[in-house]
Amino acid sequence: MKYFFLAFAAVVLAVVLIAGPRGYKSTNRPFEFFPDMDRQPKVKAQTESVFFADGIGPRQAVPGTVPLGWDIPAKAGGDKPEMQRATNGYTAAPDYFNTGKMGDRWGDGLPVPATAALMKRGQDRYVINCQICHGANGGGNGVTSKYGWVGIANYHDQRIVDMADGEIFNTIANGKNTMYGYGGNITVADRWAIVAYVRALQKAQLGRPSDLTPEQQANLK
Amino acid sequence: MANIFPKWTNHLPIQILVAGGVLFISVIAGMTYYFTPKYTRVGYQPVQPVPFSHSIHVNQLGLDCRYCHSQVENAAHSNLPTTQTCMNCHSQIKLNSPRLATVRDSWKTGQPIAWVRIHEAPDYVYFNHSAHVNRGVSCVSCHGQINNMAVVWHHEPQSMDWCLTCHRAPENHLRPVNQVTNLNWKPEDEGPGKDGKLRTQQEIGEQLKVAWNVNPPVTCAGCHR
Repeated sequence: MKYFFLAFAAVVLAVVLIAGPRGYKSTNRPFEFFPDMDRQPKVKAQTESVFFADGIGPRQAVPGTVPLGWDIPAKAGGDKPEMQRATNGYTAAPDYFNTGKMGDRWGDGLPVPATAALMKRGQDRYVINCQICHGANGGGNGVTSKYGWVGIANYHDQRIVDMADGEIFNTIANGKNTMYGYGGNITVADRWAIVAYVRALQKAQLGRPSDLTPEQQANLK
Repeated sequence: MANIFPKWTNHLPIQILVAGGVLFISVIAGMTYYFTPKYTRVGYQPVQPVPFSHSIHVNQLGLDCRYCHSQVENAAHSNLPTTQTCMNCHSQIKLNSPRLATVRDSWKTGQPIAWVRIHEAPDYVYFNHSAHVNRGVSCVSCHGQINNMAVVWHHEPQSMDWCLTCHRAPENHLRPVNQVTNLNWKPEDEGPGKDGKLRTQQEIGEQLKVAWNVNPPVTCAGCHR
């Protein structure tokens, strides 16, 4: 009996020492005690696949094809080929809403109603995606400028105040100069919401009392 | 006539009983402690191909979770960022850092970065991120304070029991939707209620649960199809 308890204590000690406590940091893949159907051979989002030679599960469109419900824009957006990767060079339809273009020129005006909800949504998306570089007020003074990024666009420059809405839309989707395209991260509708919010940021800095109606001017005093 | 069994065998039945009992109890105790995701999954901290630090990007730079995990509000799967999302900034910042060599290679070749997956529900679980983050369940509830992790590790067990604990009492985890990606949010941040006292998680959760008609499924088909 003595030997049994000695052996037992040794085994318990070994198990405790080898296995460690709960929450112990480890680089070993978690062990699955009952792995029945835990891992199925289906392709899930952003997983690898042994079926394709390059091992990538999610597939790019085959060259020469257009995804269902998509269309080739009149002119592919972005001035660098790698910038077009995010949208694969496709768009849902070659109209103003999807391309920012009216014919050959950048269109102006919002293709969606400018509501308070749109503005709120634009602010929301702006804070997530744009503020990091362009700053909370659009002055081009976001956190990246402290890390040596020069030439971030300041929305209060006359150049951008004069820019057509469609061109701002295109810049969000496909990038410009050092800014890469956000078409893969921001949906088409959200891009227009951001355009609306950028316009609001400009008004917030450059607005004049004369922009207000006479009643609003009276309220100012 | 000599005894067939020596005298010490008198104690054998009781000794077998005691040893068997001790073994049985310790095996049960060991399985209870170890055969659970609380042991197997929590603390899993693999080495990633790029030494990306969430604490630098979130705490120091102030990035929102959704800058990179951009589809989390719209999709069941919370996406890893594309290499382009990394290059949005790293085409200008830390251009020659050796820690980013894998990212630059991926950008040049188009071959995705092979991040090591940490949180991985079994394939018969159909978890939907968008259903949770759009109804005030924060990232922190299931992933811990990722914003403080230089190297991400598995923080919560994410077992079925753990899921059901929240599904049966969601008020313990609901928060205002605009605070979902604020991993430092505390119920006290909402300020005092009508009675002038700081509001508790329970109060906020109960209120949001009613306001949004949050009624999480606890049936099998809620998560398994």
